[in-house]
Amino acid sequence: MNVHPYSVWLAGVFALLTLDSCFQANGQDHLSHPVVITDTLPTRFGIGRLATAAEIARLDIDVRPNGKGLPAGQGNSATGKQIFATKCAACHGTGGVGGPNGSLVTSTNPDRKRPEKTIGNYWPYATTVFDYIRRAMPFSQPGSLTNEEVYHLTAYLLQANGIIDEKAVINAQTLPRVVMPAQKLFVPDNRKGGPEIK
Amino acid sequence: MKKSTSQLEQLTGRLSRRAMLGGAATAAVALVQTASGKTLQQGIAVSELLPDDPTKQIGTLAGEVGTRSTFEKVVKKPSDISSRSPLQDFYGIITPSDLHFERHHAGVPVIDPAKHELLIHGLVDKPLVFTVGDLKRFPSVSRIAFLECSGNFRSGKETLSPQDICGLTSQSEWTGVKLSTLFREVGVKPNASWFLAEGSDAAIMTRSIPVKKGWDDAIVAYAQNGEALRPEQGYPVRLFLPGWEGNTSVKWLRRIELSDQPFMTREETSKYTEPIKEGKYRQFSFDIDARSIITFPAYPKTIEKGWIEIRGIAWSGRGKVARVEVSTDAGKSWQPAVLQEPILDKAHTAFRYVWHWNGTETEILSRVTDETGYVQPTLKQLIEARGNAIGYHFNPITAWRIKPDGTVLFKPE
Repeated sequence: MNVHPYSVWLAGVFALLTLDSCFQANGQDHLSHPVVITDTLPTRFGIGRLATAAEIARLDIDVRPNGKGLPAGQGNSATGKQIFATKCAACHGTGGVGGPNGSLVTSTNPDRKRPEKTIGNYWPYATTVFDYIRRAMPFSQPGSLTNEEVYHLTAYLLQANGIIDEKAVINAQTLPRVVMPAQKLFVPDNRKGGPEIK
Repeated sequence: MKKSTSQLEQLTGRLSRRAMLGGAATAAVALVQTASGKTLQQGIAVSELLPDDPTKQIGTLAGEVGTRSTFEKVVKKPSDISSRSPLQDFYGIITPSDLHFERHHAGVPVIDPAKHELLIHGLVDKPLVFTVGDLKRFPSVSRIAFLECSGNFRSGKETLSPQDICGLTSQSEWTGVKLSTLFREVGVKPNASWFLAEGSDAAIMTRSIPVKKGWDDAIVAYAQNGEALRPEQGYPVRLFLPGWEGNTSVKWLRRIELSDQPFMTREETSKYTEPIKEGKYRQFSFDIDARSIITFPAYPKTIEKGWIEIRGIAWSGRGKVARVEVSTDAGKSWQPAVLQEPILDKAHTAFRYVWHWNGTETEILSRVTDETGYVQPTLKQLIEARGNAIGYHFNPITAWRIKPDGTVLFKPE
């Protein structure tokens, strides 16, 4: 991909010269030949300004499965439970079950044909819980939670789903080590086009 | 508008004065036949004449923006989270921008383009920030292509229109800068295999995308159908990934981070994944498989006996539409439909089939084959292939029942 602009230019000139000599030799109609399209794009245009480290840090909020991006701080499920009751239960139900915007905690509900998809049975990475709460929750007040609150809520939701115990402390070191029950369920897309129906 | 109203008043004023001179409130005269067969001239009142005779009333003069005719009731169907395109009301293949389907996760943000920036960082030589003005300085590219939500499937009752069944697909001419141009500008490192696309809505939407798609045909779009993007479509800039599930074309794009692995965001793990066999779930299923739907005749229209042009659209996220076939005998036999040019890569393509309906009850269906040889499956085939669970990427053949009285109903399976 990193082709030097000069080399692109040279190749283009060579192509043009070759075609031109063809026309002279054979006297062929230019219209019957394809137009030579040469990529005249330089490698760089010099547009845009260099991002500062502070600028990147301000926007770079994503958290990866290996824990990269997790901030300082920690949380526990007991504190998380209280925060959840105040800020989350209205949408996600008491204890994370039910609610108008869906359960977050796995439960057995005989009224449903299939179990509801929750953090406990359908989220393959624990880091995603932290990332998403911090990114988008609570729905009506996005971005209002502190990192510490997000750690507490993450700890509570993992504990309520039976994935960690009540005493576990969740922080940048422990969260990436949590193995989620659903991780083994996911497979990458294996459709390849062609006639097969998948 | 003001000007035209005053001119109209002048006009009707003149008419009235003229009528007054004649001694009656008459705007025009017409020849009428009496019951005894005698022809008489009879006056017609201004109020009777003006409403439905456009030649007797000055129209609205030139304005700053156009409007849709008040006789055209063409609207999206909104829910809390999405709004469906009225496919049955469209002609041709371009979706009017204001009727493009909407799907957003925390509403449409209000963004001042003068304050909006795109940051590209991570595994790059030079992390750069681009203003919207910067993005417009780069060489631009335009492409007509569809955008479809991977959850674009609905069934369950007969009274569903094309809009209800699969109105989460629309098509525009998208204009912007190739992402590959921006990749060269920042110098993407060879070990970068994925990038995170992040929006600046209240959900701060994120998806992980293979870098290869960025080099291939991704566009950072700032325009749609010749004008700036609509706010619902990502104003002032969005990512546009031709042929891929809509959720990956992140709107209100503010950040791209290059990485050597996917980020496993909520969207690509707990949301846009679908059940397949043996209790597994398919992840990063980007490509939209081929699909078609007859948009006329379709519920809620009724038809009359005689010649009917069956019309519809077909598309594939894997390339061009190669063939569309139509059945008018409930799938027993299939005939090739005429494809309307242009037949574009990863684009809605219009098809037509002229049919003589003799008034007997039947079912009409369409099925598309794309250039990879994929034939649009039946719902039964899809469920057999994936196990008994309906999820994203459902693209079954859609049948319409034609009743002897001409009513057309969706056939839920």
